[in-house]
Amino acid sequence: MARPPVTEEELVDRYGPHLNETPPGGWDAGLEIDREVKTHCCFCGQQCGVILKVHDDEVVGFEPWYDFPFNEGKLCPKGVKRYLQGAHPDRLTEPMERSADGFTHVGWDKALDRVATEIRRIQDAYGPDSFALYGGASLTTEKAYLLGKFARLGIKTANIDYNGRLCMVSAGAAYKGAFGVDRAPNPWSDIPLADSVFVIGANVAECAPITTSYIWRARDNGAKLIVADPRVTPIARTADLFLGLRPGTDSALMGTILHILIERDMVDSEFVAAHTEGFEEAAAAVESYTPAWGADITGVPAARIEEAAEIWGRSDTGMLLHARGIEHQSKGVENVRSCINVALATGKIGRPGAGVCMITGQGNGQGGREHGQKCDQLPGARDLRNPEHRSAVSEVWGCDPDDLPGPGVSAQEIMDKIHEGEIKGLLSICFNPVVSLPDSNHTVEALDNLEFYGVVDFFLSESAHHADIVLPGSLHEEDEGTVTSAEGRVIKINEAVPPPGNARRDWEIVCDLARRLGTGRYFDFESSRDIFEELRRASAGGTADYAGITWERLEAENGIFWPCPTEDHPGTPRFFEDGVFKTESGRAKFAAITFRPPGEEIDDEYPIWLTTGRVISQYLSGTQTRRIGPLTEQYPEPLCEIHPSLAEEHGIAHGDIVRVRSRRGEIELPAKIVTTIRPDTVFIPFHWPGAKAVNQLTHRILDPVSKIPEYKVSVVNIERVAAAPAEPVDIRDVAVSFGETR
Amino acid sequence: MIGPSALGDGMFVVDPSRCIGCEACVQACGECGTHRGRSLIHLDQVDRSTTVQTVPMVCMHCEDPTCAQVCPADAIKQNEDGVVQSALKPRCVACSNCVLACPFGVPKYEADFDLMMKCDMCYDRTSQGVAPMCASVCPSQALWFGTPEEFADTRRGTLTNEFQFGNETVRTRVHTVVDEPGPLQVTAGPTESPWQDDPFGLATVEA
Repeated sequence: MARPPVTEEELVDRYGPHLNETPPGGWDAGLEIDREVKTHCCFCGQQCGVILKVHDDEVVGFEPWYDFPFNEGKLCPKGVKRYLQGAHPDRLTEPMERSADGFTHVGWDKALDRVATEIRRIQDAYGPDSFALYGGASLTTEKAYLLGKFARLGIKTANIDYNGRLCMVSAGAAYKGAFGVDRAPNPWSDIPLADSVFVIGANVAECAPITTSYIWRARDNGAKLIVADPRVTPIARTADLFLGLRPGTDSALMGTILHILIERDMVDSEFVAAHTEGFEEAAAAVESYTPAWGADITGVPAARIEEAAEIWGRSDTGMLLHARGIEHQSKGVENVRSCINVALATGKIGRPGAGVCMITGQGNGQGGREHGQKCDQLPGARDLRNPEHRSAVSEVWGCDPDDLPGPGVSAQEIMDKIHEGEIKGLLSICFNPVVSLPDSNHTVEALDNLEFYGVVDFFLSESAHHADIVLPGSLHEEDEGTVTSAEGRVIKINEAVPPPGNARRDWEIVCDLARRLGTGRYFDFESSRDIFEELRRASAGGTADYAGITWERLEAENGIFWPCPTEDHPGTPRFFEDGVFKTESGRAKFAAITFRPPGEEIDDEYPIWLTTGRVISQYLSGTQTRRIGPLTEQYPEPLCEIHPSLAEEHGIAHGDIVRVRSRRGEIELPAKIVTTIRPDTVFIPFHWPGAKAVNQLTHRILDPVSKIPEYKVSVVNIERVAAAPAEPVDIRDVAVSFGETR
Repeated sequence: MIGPSALGDGMFVVDPSRCIGCEACVQACGECGTHRGRSLIHLDQVDRSTTVQTVPMVCMHCEDPTCAQVCPADAIKQNEDGVVQSALKPRCVACSNCVLACPFGVPKYEADFDLMMKCDMCYDRTSQGVAPMCASVCPSQALWFGTPEEFADTRRGTLTNEFQFGNETVRTRVHTVVDEPGPLQVTAGPTESPWQDDPFGLATVEA
């Protein structure tokens, strides 16, 4: 049903990605600046402050915002060029319906009527859960909250989940299990106070660039830096110690370190006895994890693992930072728990410069996962299964707790149910599953099974190609609201410009839809601020308590760290300073982590590990950043990083086209031959669609707890298919290896 | 020292060891009001086949600039702050002598304008006490702007503004960071690192 109406090429021709190279009117337009708007970058969980310059309701440039404390003016290239997503030729400005020759403008009434009719028809025919909702972690917290409420009360489906399922859920589940709360426990200002900084599975320089300045401040103060990664990433290059581990062996590395900490008497027994539980079981699990065993599993020399344990164990303070490298695995939660074990064993938590921190990846990856667009969650990071939580939220919403559906399934499982034919209708906002989900051929097949697919987005994403109705929503700079950064700092997003043409703010679209479905009484919001005011009440008393936060306070105080239960509460930058955790017992919990292999392992047919990730100039599925010329030119197409010894085995030269094949599919792309990757592993970045999508190769094995896909570990084989083209796709990238410069 | 100025004790420091190659400097330079759309910064990848090391290259603003010395049209001027500017449009004959002569490889011949253009240390910003665009945005602060006192208080490493090219010593307004005091031996090889030669411990694992 939902196959693209015309060829992909025709859709790309009409809707892009086209490259926006210059601000409106070109570089020399000399436009007068009508206003400068302080807001934030939309392209990662750090949410750097930035000032957008506006002329005639279009964003025409930027200026560093020196006074915002997190980044003090600093920005990565995405932050510098983010403004070019505005005034873009590809911008959707009219509601559209698919037709025989593509998409036709239909007007809001007709488009919304169609969506409402389809929701009702499908739910009447197949039951309420046969219609699913996909949300996104790029949405403001108000919109994420609204979407959760819309699922539960607007259309009463259990099946809502969001693309943060592909980002923070392993860390979230692990922190909830160990600490009782899903948030980085320390503010970033703790990093410079640490004696040692341990970065594992986090390409900080490319995925959280501003964090590098915090790590350097720690080093300026004398801290040692340890980096564990299958690649020598830019932050790893100068590290005091580098642990170049095999993909999928992180919990073995951390288990070995715990073993050494215990063996060599580096455990903070006093802290462990007073504030934790489960240490004995955790210790028993790693009893046989000697350095030799660890070296065998991880591929890291035993002496380096021992040195890492010594640096970490002997330093009074320390910050352990981790990200998707360890979390995008079928044991993502276990990997994170193994890191938490190492922090708890050495008493590195709840003090200045001491903690373990996840680095949230998506723009509103933190706020977007706290207030109800997760399949098992209610506002305030409450649990949809918990009767008390259900009644607390129902009271604010003015409904009967029994009116709320139970938990649904996760993002990948929703797609699986679509593929199986159990879910028949889908409405997605800010989610591009065709590029984002693993095993993309499976995703495309699934979308074709839908009876109805509605999409709210600002550009026609590759997923929207399959849609029946496309509704033009709003960009980050076209609405106001709040987001919560990786630190747990709630900040204010300001509207720089109104949505162009007939595009509308996403929350207006959702409220209008609810009115059409007869549930408008729950969605009587006149503004984003109205939604925030209700969210404050709905989160009150929950773990993520926003009750004391006002928009005025956010602007005046440069953000507030939750929980903030009352208006005179200063917020909570650092957790657990009193040694009391948010678990039922008040103690932090060790976990007994036994190493187990990844979901898929190398064999004779697929003898090479594949791992995927980001590049600095692109963001997630690229819907926005692949439309910004200067960013796209920085890294135009995916390249396959291969170690020279592996390349030699297969007769591959730099720039040659290689075919990389897995059990799911294959991809052809240029080889980038570098000694900065393990010889048994290849790396391909994931921001591109179609034939360039590395997610054609990745598999759908999920972490049993967090339901995150294992993007970071799959197995492939490679072969050379052609010599380097005369004009390489990325001329600079090939040229620089021979000493030329840009 | 170069004379009294609008820059005061504002000091520009380049510390390539911190560079992460993100190109924020390149992108931000092109947003500067005086040369919008044209980045005047160089970001060099040293040898991507063996390292992710990158080096941001801004104009070092030599005390006695070679580019100006070799200019046959006297088109390259140094202002009262010692900031070396782009060639003066009416004078530049686009001979590219400066491009070839600069020991740091900074000036660019811009064919669109038939003119040599180069980094002027964001004089429009720095003369007002605001950091240059590149140093403002640099995520790792490999490009840094502040006072010598601020540097001493917050950063490790020793500053130098003397560069030894064989027998030639070049003194610059912009500083870089070295381990040992004294002029930087530009032609010396890379420094050793404890693990760089064998990042994945292949020798150990095979042994």
